[in-house]
Amino acid sequence: MTPVLSIDGLTMRFGGLTAIDSVSFEVRPAAITALIGPNGAGKTTLFNCVTGFYRPTKGSIRLDRGGSQVQLAGLPGHRIARLGVARTFQNIRLFAKMTVLENLLVAQHAELMRASLFSVAGILGLPRYRRAEAKAIETARHWLDRVGLITRANDPADTLPYGDQRRLEIVRAVCTGPRLLCLDEPAAGLNPRESADLAALIRAISAELDLAVLLIEHDMSVVMGVSDHIVVLDYGRKIAEGGPAAIRADKAVIAAYLGEPEDAVA
Amino acid sequence: MVAVGSPIRALKEAGLAALVAAVLGLPLIGFRLVDQAGGEALATRWHDLAYVIVLAFIGRLGLVLAGDRPSRSSAAVKSALTPIVRPVGTYLPWLLILFAVILPALPFATRGVIDSGILILTYVLLGWGLNIVTGLAGLLDLGYVAFLAIGAYTTAILSTRFGLTFWECLPLAPVAASAAGLLLGFPILKLRGDYFAIVTLGFGEIIRIVANNWRSLTNGSQGITNLPRPSFFGLADFTASPAPGHTAFNALFGIAYSPIQRVIFLYYVVLVLALAVNVFTLRIRRLPLGRMWEALREDDVAAAALGIDRRKIKLAAFAIGAAWGGVAGVVFDARQGFVTPESFGFIESAMITAIVVLGGMGSQLGIVLAAVVLVGLPELFREFDTYRMMIFGGAMIAIMRFRPRGLIETRRPTAVLK
Repeated sequence: MTPVLSIDGLTMRFGGLTAIDSVSFEVRPAAITALIGPNGAGKTTLFNCVTGFYRPTKGSIRLDRGGSQVQLAGLPGHRIARLGVARTFQNIRLFAKMTVLENLLVAQHAELMRASLFSVAGILGLPRYRRAEAKAIETARHWLDRVGLITRANDPADTLPYGDQRRLEIVRAVCTGPRLLCLDEPAAGLNPRESADLAALIRAISAELDLAVLLIEHDMSVVMGVSDHIVVLDYGRKIAEGGPAAIRADKAVIAAYLGEPEDAVA
Repeated sequence: MVAVGSPIRALKEAGLAALVAAVLGLPLIGFRLVDQAGGEALATRWHDLAYVIVLAFIGRLGLVLAGDRPSRSSAAVKSALTPIVRPVGTYLPWLLILFAVILPALPFATRGVIDSGILILTYVLLGWGLNIVTGLAGLLDLGYVAFLAIGAYTTAILSTRFGLTFWECLPLAPVAASAAGLLLGFPILKLRGDYFAIVTLGFGEIIRIVANNWRSLTNGSQGITNLPRPSFFGLADFTASPAPGHTAFNALFGIAYSPIQRVIFLYYVVLVLALAVNVFTLRIRRLPLGRMWEALREDDVAAAALGIDRRKIKLAAFAIGAAWGGVAGVVFDARQGFVTPESFGFIESAMITAIVVLGGMGSQLGIVLAAVVLVGLPELFREFDTYRMMIFGGAMIAIMRFRPRGLIETRRPTAVLK
């Protein structure tokens, strides 16, 4: 199977600091790939390269679009999003004063904009646009139902409790109709029960849409429970890659997280 | 919280306030330069200073002794008023429109009142235009008056040099303003927040200074005068003695001539234009474009992550907002009959921005109320010339104190899940 995302020799330097040092890995379709590593390993930097918030110094990031490969490295963020890479943020970024439903409608802007003929049909109130909007609302309703936020649909997003805001941000990304869903620490700030629910939700979304997911996570219970494949970074380098069981037993990973035994240092 | 309202603390606080008043008042009030035969001399105004210090002392004493009671009672008043205010909010727009429509027929509607009405409506038009840029898209534009100036000058130049009428300029001026908006917007839309505001501030000044200095085109500080007044849809003119081949408005309808007819006609033209802009904004807010504007205002990073091309969407806001400024410019010419650069100073931009911010960012109704308060009240108190700015400032302080998020702070969702 062709990987959804192929990262090859990716390097990111900030002045003299090499945050990512020729990292290569692949994200497989309809599977969940986790990116883990100690603090400062370069996970979020890599994420920002993939989603276009940074322009990588070197290397290639290719997205599979039904057989044809598109080079993402160097494209601006909104273009990458249009090509089918949706993301969430470590510190939740919702449209705070807009309602829950509106947040999901903004995510579907590309289709709605086309249906509104760049607002002309919309201003005139043509049925063509009204149908498209009704469909977008149905999509939103489906996902709100899935995450149990249907009763809050008309409330401003910033009135939701924290855990609900996390879930809303994830379904907002899903509403863009992505090929790859990138989640930046989705379980941050959640209690163990909420984390478990969230892991189940991510699995369910991936299964329902055959969607590839790339996620950064610190919570090991989430990572081990949810991932099909794990990539471990340390000091900007890839130190290990494999299934959860293999990673758990990997010596280099244990050393990176727990520090190396004293005799190894000497 | 025992200390709150205790007399000793109150005296201390009041003393402190009096001290501040004394220190600040000494140079501001205490001394004054007066012209004398032999040059200037320093006069003192100890009495006035003493009044101010005593006033500050008593005022602060009263506030502290009252403790935090006012805020509690105002919250209670607010919740008590909600059931009354809510229905008013629903009907108020229609009542206002009704009032605006019948205004010229009301007994107190003198020529001056209707003229003030045109002025208020012009500011409402400007406020609604800026609302797209600042209220919806969240771009703080401090030079919005530039687009009013471009609209007004385009109209003035086209009508005096090329003989175009009001009705022909009406679609052309917004196109010119919009083009200027795109031209300005294109290079600066990467800027954010304060930086954006500063550049727009500069743009507003540049337009005014160009108008002042490009003599061959704008006639400099003298301005362009004797602008043709709008005709009755090109069918008849508002004059007692029409030019040969033209019809007089009063003759067309077989009524007696009165100079007020022209003012009333212009009033209705502006009203219709303003309502059209309002319908446009209310509609576009509910479209993907409008939602993207609001999304940019709320969080532009998240918007980009959803595939929104920030520059394009901001440019659209800028161009459309500028176009409405251009429309206001045409109206501005029709009302005044002349145009000079001094009408487009920074204070005008500040006024329009104040209307949008005090009205409640994004609220169409709030802008109308703010325009009435900020433009209408000073017009009303024109006789008390000296106190006009005081009333203006007082109104602003009152709004900021009691409605810090604007007169209308509730936001109506653009789509509802039933």
